[in-house]
Amino acid sequence: MTNMVPLSYYLGISAVLFVMGALGVLIRRNPLIIFMSIELMLNSANLAFLAFARGFSVTNGAVNLSGQIFVFFVMTVAAAEVAVGLALIVVIFRTKHSIDVDLMSSLKG
Amino acid sequence: MNFTLILFIVLAVVAVLSALGLLVSRNAVYAALFLVLNFAAVAVFYLLLGAPFIAIVQVTVYAGAIMVLFLFVIMLLGAEKLPKAQGLPWQRPLAIGLVAVLAAEALFLLFQRLQLTTSLTNPSAELNSVEALKLLGTTLFSDYLLPFEVTSILLLVAMIGAIVLTKKEKGEAEQ
Repeated sequence: MTNMVPLSYYLGISAVLFVMGALGVLIRRNPLIIFMSIELMLNSANLAFLAFARGFSVTNGAVNLSGQIFVFFVMTVAAAEVAVGLALIVVIFRTKHSIDVDLMSSLKG
Repeated sequence: MNFTLILFIVLAVVAVLSALGLLVSRNAVYAALFLVLNFAAVAVFYLLLGAPFIAIVQVTVYAGAIMVLFLFVIMLLGAEKLPKAQGLPWQRPLAIGLVAVLAAEALFLLFQRLQLTTSLTNPSAELNSVEALKLLGTTLFSDYLLPFEVTSILLLVAMIGAIVLTKKEKGEAEQ
């Protein structure tokens, strides 16, 4: 009786968070909030990963932690992505003096 | 109703409501703070799932470093609120419709097709122990040593890329 929450509950909340992140990417015009929604989606994918890792990591007493290590890699990639993405947003703001994504329809600054 | 299930439901409500707050808040700073709350709730999920190291990394890296970076950029650009602009009129209903389809598909696949009835009843003591942490470190630095080093190079490249992108070119400052 240590943990009686079914695996599908975790996957369900992960799916709900992912869908909300996708909705945020689609309906918001502020690129910073779009970026935060992408972080939300990455986070929900991590949650699904850890749920599967928890469900299938302990077999016959032997512990396999590859799922957790993969989540660690996803987090570092997300950190790198945020650094580059925010730098891009700063550069776009500097050239266009606005960061509204509706005004970013032309690639030429 | 055991304690873990009650905790799960409370955390799920907090996570979903904070994600909703991220979606609807007009002010970008409020959205960032809602996202911090969401990350904290997900970190407790990670603790429930027997991943204490990942939970701490989530709090320090995501809720700490990344969100501080976000708040810095929001305040640097003064982009808390965008001025009202005319967007595409059909974009929002179309987006909501497509996302509803995506949600229905995901939940259908989860609960109908996969038939995931695996209950997480395996002992969490094996994962929430110092031995598991030791095993995590050993695995990371033996089996996954090459991906780990590649990740460090990726972080270095991202750092240099961010510096190069935001650096003013010579002669640009006068314009």
